[in-house]
Amino acid sequence: MTSRLSAITLNTFREAVRDRVLYNLVLFVLLLVASAPVISQISIGMEKLMLVNLGLSSISLFGVIIAIFVGIGLVSKEIEKKTLYTILARPVRRWEFIAGKYLGLLLTLVVNAALMTVGFYLALLIFIHGLHPADGMLLVAIYFIILQFMMMVAITLLFSTFSTPIFSAIFAFSLFVIGTFGNDLRISAAMSQGATKWLMTAAAYIMPNFALLNVISQVAHEQSVGGQLVLFNTVYAVLYSVAVTAAAVLVFERRNLK
Amino acid sequence: MKRNRKITVIGSAILVALFAGSVEGRRQVEKIQGPQATLDEVLYLPSGKTVKRLSLGYSSLMADIYWTRAVQYFGAHHLAHSEHYDLLYPLLDITTDLDPQLIVAYESGSIFLSQRVPEGAGQPDKAVALVEKGIRANPSHWRFYFTLGFIHYMDRHDYKAAEQAFQKGSEVPGALPWMKVMAARMAEKGEDAETATYLWKTIYDTTSDNMIKDNAAKHLISLRAEADIDELERRTKAYRERFGQNPAGWSELVRAGLLRGVPMDPNGVPYKLLPDGTVQVEDPSQYSYLERRGQSPGK
Repeated sequence: MTSRLSAITLNTFREAVRDRVLYNLVLFVLLLVASAPVISQISIGMEKLMLVNLGLSSISLFGVIIAIFVGIGLVSKEIEKKTLYTILARPVRRWEFIAGKYLGLLLTLVVNAALMTVGFYLALLIFIHGLHPADGMLLVAIYFIILQFMMMVAITLLFSTFSTPIFSAIFAFSLFVIGTFGNDLRISAAMSQGATKWLMTAAAYIMPNFALLNVISQVAHEQSVGGQLVLFNTVYAVLYSVAVTAAAVLVFERRNLK
Repeated sequence: MKRNRKITVIGSAILVALFAGSVEGRRQVEKIQGPQATLDEVLYLPSGKTVKRLSLGYSSLMADIYWTRAVQYFGAHHLAHSEHYDLLYPLLDITTDLDPQLIVAYESGSIFLSQRVPEGAGQPDKAVALVEKGIRANPSHWRFYFTLGFIHYMDRHDYKAAEQAFQKGSEVPGALPWMKVMAARMAEKGEDAETATYLWKTIYDTTSDNMIKDNAAKHLISLRAEADIDELERRTKAYRERFGQNPAGWSELVRAGLLRGVPMDPNGVPYKLLPDGTVQVEDPSQYSYLERRGQSPGK
């Protein structure tokens, strides 16, 4: 089972690399290099703050875009090219296929984020002239961004198991937007009354809450992030992702591929 | 088929368990971050103009979101009887930067800001700044001049500024005639209960915002109770002058022909006559804006 899973995972990763997904790294480096002189001109005393905000936001946005646009084709592309039938004709279970695809795309995003992190720290070193112990906290923000990727990949994969690529992209992007306003949804639910309160609370908990995973402002202002927050955010993101992936498996198991 | 059903059942059970676990994890994160998690973020934003640039053209939508946040912020602090509304003005400022035509944000926001703590933020100067910003962005909206005059009169006690605001507002095309009356009234009299009642009655009759209407109603019954108490204390004083002592109860005032019956407050509850001849409402919590509310029983 492990070998089948790792084979699908690695193949998905290789396919993403072949599709030149990692080319976005060039864009990321260009963005940092090109923006640094501009930032130093327009933001007196805020160079580091802006570089951190720009760097971390880019890592997050680039990853989410990749998660959506690669994720929507994970299942549909295999069906379209008819390679799925070859895979499933072998002793590969459907859940292994979905789990492998999930892990493959996540691996791509983690590698991408890791390379971006190296570039980001290099940019800090070059443009801000040095690193400080507080900069270690930036890694927590990047870890939370990876947790966000885990959830986004699961969501996109779920949609790709039953919908067309274009609709999967729309649905996944909509959930991403809703998720970024997750706290507003929760507060609105808390302030509602009666049946609306129950409905809104249920909706708030079914929707992902990416706002909880966003500590970019906090770390940009060199504020620490508590260990408990790291722990419970990890629990939340992992369980939510596995639940959504399990839903994707259930849908895919019942799908008629004939 | 049997295998498929087994997978579905097991998968569904796992899904429900995982989802329940994720909800619990999320609740723990929310507990750590607290209710201010969203609002604290605005502190890090230098201005609404920055938010506008970042909103990629969807500034109206962002304004709606920020307005919702401002209302939630005010509502939560109001319910908690908070004395600090530090984020209220920045939230309203960002909202109106994002959408300068969002009339409700100026009108309701300035009322939230101007009223005394804990009913409001107790920041009438900031309320004036917000309304003046609204006037600059919407010069044809004469109601802003009414709000401005109202804040100058009620909260800043600057009757000259109030008069000017009503006067300027009355010159805006479409302004209702009573704006001129208000300007004249400001010029004629300073602070008096009749003018305050007239202003709150105008707000009560003309606003479509339930929160403001409710607030105006509370002010009106407090003003009525205030007037009743003044009158009752005047009659108690007359009794003291006639009989050389304070009345022991309302019945003595009735017997002396100074009252027709037991006086009732606007909620239909008898007023309380204290041994020193002063008068209070029975339930001060019903009269948020009454100056002389007295102490609740037991305090």
